[in-house]
Amino acid sequence: MSIDSMFVHKMWNDDELAKMVEGGIPYPMLSDAGGKVGKIYGVFDETAGVEARGRFLIDPDGVIQGFEVLTPPVGRNVNETIRQIQAFQLIRKTGGAEATPSGWRPGKKTLKPGIDLVGKVWQEWKTSMAFD
Amino acid sequence: MAEEAAVGCARPTGGPVGEEVSESKESSEIIKEERTMIMVGQKAPDFTAPGYQQGKFINVKLSDYLGKWVVLCFYPGDFTFV
Repeated sequence: MSIDSMFVHKMWNDDELAKMVEGGIPYPMLSDAGGKVGKIYGVFDETAGVEARGRFLIDPDGVIQGFEVLTPPVGRNVNETIRQIQAFQLIRKTGGAEATPSGWRPGKKTLKPGIDLVGKVWQEWKTSMAFD
Repeated sequence: MAEEAAVGCARPTGGPVGEEVSESKESSEIIKEERTMIMVGQKAPDFTAPGYQQGKFINVKLSDYLGKWVVLCFYPGDFTFV
């Protein structure tokens, strides 16, 4: 979503993005004239008149589970976005019985929060696991 | 999910859906301070927006995607570089 009109979205997709992604962008490219939606999401820069690189993860109940906002020159990390969705999906599936510690990705160990884990995380999780 | 939109000469717009975010008009400074902050764990504000998808102009409503995970991305503009 950006402040560009849907006509500009069409031109950008057809003339440039379709050369990067076969078949063009598959998802909706939305138009937010005047930044009305960006304002309520806190990403509209009134001075510049454009939206920041905001990314919101919204769960099936319509609840915001996470967001990240960057200034224009730095692009996003799509792998990290996907990792976060995978983590939130696991949390949702386990009903909160499991939690994903720092550095978690699918296949890695989760933590099971509870009274027995209090003060014992050091036995279950090592700092190296944040980086491997 | 998204309905196809007729194309006219007017540039279509969308906007927030549902209850209005109350804007007290006392002074612009106060409005800035009281601006609703987006918080994790809270409902994503609903909206409608016109758009383009796969050769069609469409209208999208966020709440039509209830039941699915949604990644909502804002960016400064088409043809910007990153």
